[in-house]
This record gives sequence, structure tokens and C-alpha cells, in this order.
Amino acid sequence: MRRVARRADPLGRPPLLLLAPAVLAVFLLAFPLVALLAAVDWRALPGQLNSAPLRSALWLSLTTSTAAMLACLVLGLPVAWLLARVDFRGRTLVRVLVTVPMVLPPVVAGVALRTAFGRTGLLGAPLLAATGFAFPFTAWGVVLAHVFVSMPFVVLAIEGALRSADPEFDAAAASLGASRWTTFRRVTIPLALPGIVAGMVLGWARSLGEFGATITFNGNYPGRTQTMPTLIYVTRQSDQDAALALSFVMLVVSVSVLLLLRDRWLGTP
Amino acid sequence: MVGYAVTRPWTTGLQVDLVVPERVRVELDAEPGAVVAVIGPNGAGKSSFVRALAGLVPAGGTALLDGVDLLTLSARDREVGLVFQGQLLFPHLSALDNVAFGPRSRGRSRRDADLQAQELLDLFGIGHLSHRRPRELSGGQAQRVAIARALATEPRLLLHDEPFAGLDVTVAMALRIELAQHLASFGGVTILVTHEAIDALTLADQVLVLDEGRVAQRGTPQHVAAQPATDHVARLVGVNLIREPDQSDGDRFTTFLPRDVTVSLRRPEGSARLQWQGTVASAQQHGDAVRLLINSEPPLLADVTPQAASELGLSPGREVWLSVKATAVSRYGTVAVDR
Repeated sequence: MRRVARRADPLGRPPLLLLAPAVLAVFLLAFPLVALLAAVDWRALPGQLNSAPLRSALWLSLTTSTAAMLACLVLGLPVAWLLARVDFRGRTLVRVLVTVPMVLPPVVAGVALRTAFGRTGLLGAPLLAATGFAFPFTAWGVVLAHVFVSMPFVVLAIEGALRSADPEFDAAAASLGASRWTTFRRVTIPLALPGIVAGMVLGWARSLGEFGATITFNGNYPGRTQTMPTLIYVTRQSDQDAALALSFVMLVVSVSVLLLLRDRWLGTP
Repeated sequence: MVGYAVTRPWTTGLQVDLVVPERVRVELDAEPGAVVAVIGPNGAGKSSFVRALAGLVPAGGTALLDGVDLLTLSARDREVGLVFQGQLLFPHLSALDNVAFGPRSRGRSRRDADLQAQELLDLFGIGHLSHRRPRELSGGQAQRVAIARALATEPRLLLHDEPFAGLDVTVAMALRIELAQHLASFGGVTILVTHEAIDALTLADQVLVLDEGRVAQRGTPQHVAAQPATDHVARLVGVNLIREPDQSDGDRFTTFLPRDVTVSLRRPEGSARLQWQGTVASAQQHGDAVRLLINSEPPLLADVTPQAASELGLSPGREVWLSVKATAVSRYGTVAVDR
């Protein structure tokens, strides 16, 4: 007896013209990762991973990415709310300003950050003179670079989430006597929460992988500003196998965080 | 409801003369305890009117509620409860938290607000569902929660925007009876936007007919139903309405019931004035009769017996003549306003 086939799509078979590129796309995205996993020397892996530079770079990457994500939330959520809910003059301009860093090459972002917050930068010089503190070549500098690069993703993702939360609920809250802040806290945020979390995950992942702006702004000092991507980059120049191992670690970290949050917050994918 | 709304002395009720630009202009005078039904076709400005009173769309003019001009206050400072079309319960909050939301936003302690919310839910017979989220409630239950939520802020003006839209017919009927009881003991002014004639007739003591952004007629429900001045109301109550301009700047109206219309295939003899020619647009079972919609000028309804419908072959497209006896029509002049 033949097994019952999966029910045929009543609308007809998906056309080959769509199916073929889709398969190719999935292949393009998945194959390099499979190749990476295949190339890892599993027996040598424990030895390769037991290194001080790795531990400090991983720690720095995780902490700065998390700090950047929180900063993006605290600063980006209000921007997203303004863009989604308040009709003000210059809203389009603000959205453009917020979006530009997203399309900017990260290296350019790093140079721009230098000219603004570097030791001799427009704001950096007075800051240095006043407090003795300068962003470049510190973990704070890493966070700053991450925020600059990730914030656009966070803002746009959260704005989308806020927009999809029906503003009629805001109206209902107002008619019940809620202030705008109460409405924001008790209605808008809970309704948009899944989208907000998704935006944060996106921002975190963007920070974790950030390379260009970080290295341009902060250099590459082990233990201070050397994140995983920069460590992988410099290691690769001398030791391909070690770079592979490091890349494997990054892959595992990224994917597991994504899965963890997906299960907890985002429900079914 | 006693103890929620009738705690403060009422003096003057509601006097409205407001304009929502390019939407609607309404003058309305309602005494404390009055229930005003607002009816009219889609786009007549009904929703704009109640949303303007609630402060959700900007409006000009005045809206004095107990002497205070609502239009000078922000939405949150008005003592107005709005029951939204489609309820609009907060989906992430339980029924209890939905009802307690208003009191808490107005500064009541959580304990107080919860107690009051539970009391209101009990009053509406859904106290045992207080922990449920809106999606776990039936349409009728959700509507009760929505009304309780609006009442929880102890409003002086209660606005219902299409309270029974989208509800099952039997549920709507039960809820209508319940709402009538609650409204009877509500001390404030109630405004009820509806597209059902029955709401106006059973719940309201005053009807405001809106058409194309202005008040087309006002009066008691009985008066408006007996002498409609708009096609919309005529259709709602199921009568034919003919409007002719008279010598002054008003209109003359003629109404008659569909069952008083005689349908024939040839031009009837006799009275020349009350007859029309047209084609059958639709034929539907209506009670014991067949109700015909005739594409005449103006379009008219005619009820015939099923035998007559089949003998005369009254299916869509059929050319017919309509006539009505002069004794079966009622004539009246421009929008008599009685209060």
C-alpha cells in the first residue's frame, strides 16, 4: 500500500521559477556554515579553545554587545516610539538620520566616530580635557562603536513593532484616563514586546559581529579592545586552524543565543 | 449601577454644539439620565461625533457636560466613558485588569481598583471570568467587560460606538435587555451610536439622525420611526419614503408601508399621482410575504403574497407598475422637531 502523500497544495505546485532561486538562496546561506563545521579539527579543538586571548576576547564581545544592546534599548526605544506615534516636524529627517549608519560602510563609521569622539575629536577633545577620559582604545569605545552601528537596526525593528500595535489601544487607554507615559508602559510596550525583543536580538547580533567600526575606532588591543571578530581576523593571518576554531565558537554562541530567545520570547518561528 | 454614577448631583446634562472639520456638525441637548441614539448611514459622521466627545479627534465649538466644556480638556481629563466598536479590550490584560485599568490610571490603589472592577464584573454577571484574557471570552462576554471598563471610571457621559456590531443575533438581544436595565439606573447622559432601528426604539428616549455630516432629524424614537426624514431611517424601519421640495426651503415627505403598495403588470387606472413604473431589482422572503425592491424613481419596497409573486412572474428584471391608495400614505412637512 502506498503511503498517503502529503496533501497537494490546492492552489497548484510552486512554480519552478520561484522554487529554484529559493533553493539556491538557502544553499548559499547554509553551505559555508556546513563547510566551516566540516573543516573544524574536533580533536585539536579543546586545545585551541584553551587560550587566554580567546577567553578575554569572548568575554569582551559578550559584555560589550550586551551593554550596547541595553544602550540601544534605552536610547532607541524612545526614538522608535516618537517615530511611530508622534507626528512632529522633521520626522522624516530623523528617520533618515537614524537609518544612514545602517547603509554606511562600518569603516567609515569608525572614521566618523574618531572625528567626533577621538582624543582630538570635536567632542572627544573637550571631554578629554574636562574628565581625562577618552573613548578610543577602551571597552567603552567598543560599546560606542557597537551602539552606532546597531542602533539603526534596533530603532527600525522596534518602530515596526510599535506600528503594528494598534494605536486604537492607545486611544482606549487615554479615554480611560491614562497618561501618555502610563499608556506607553502598560499598553504600548506589552503589545509590542515580541517585536521589541526581536529588535534587541537583532541589535545584539549586529554588535557581536561588528568589526569595521570597532577596529577603526579602537584598534586591536588584546584584553582591552580585541573582540572576537578582530581576534579571528588577526589569528587567521598566522594560524588558519585556530581561526577556524574561533569561528566555530562564534557560530555556537550566536546560534544558541538566538535559539534561546526564540523559544522564550518569540514563540514559534 | 447605583453607587457608581449617581453619586454626584446633576444639574444641567449635556449641551453640544460641535464641529469636526469636514466630518460632522452636531447640536444636541440632553438631560441627565437621557439616552440618545445616534443613527445614520456609514460616513454620516456618527463615529467622529462620539470620538470628538471622547477627545480622540479634534473638534471646534462647545460640548458642555454639567457646565464644563469638554473640548477644553484632554481626553484623559474628561469624565467620559467610551465603549469602542469592537470592544478594544487590552489583549494582554485579564478581564479584571482591563476593568481596573481606568481607576488605576486615575490614581486608585491597585487593591481598590481591583475590588471595584470585580464588583462591576459581578454586576454584569461575569465575575467568575475575571481572570480570563479577552481572547478567552465570547463576543457577548467581551462586550460586557468593555461596558464595565467604561463604567469603572465613573463617567458622567457614556458613549457606545456600535455596541452590538458583530455579535450573534441572540447574544445582541440578551445584551440589549441587560444594557437597558443598566442605562435606566445610570445617572449620566448616554449616547449610543447604532445602525439598528431596534436599539433606537428599545434603548433611547431621543434619536439623532445624522446624514452627510449634519443632523437630519431629531425627536423621540416613535416620532422618528413614524415620520422618517432620511432614506436611511426609512430603510431601517422598513417604510417607503418620498421626499419632495416644497415652496419654502423645506421638504415634503410621504411615507407608506410596503404592504400597502399594489403591484401590477399594466398601468393602473385612477389616481395619477401615486404610481410609479420600474423593474424588479430583488425579491426576498419577508415574513409571510415576498418583499420586492423596485428600481423606480425613487426606489420603493413592495410586499406581495407568494402566490401573486409567482402568478405575476415577479423576478428580477420584470417591468412592473406600482400604486398606492391615497388613504394609505402619511404626509408631513420638514423635519418636525419634538423633544
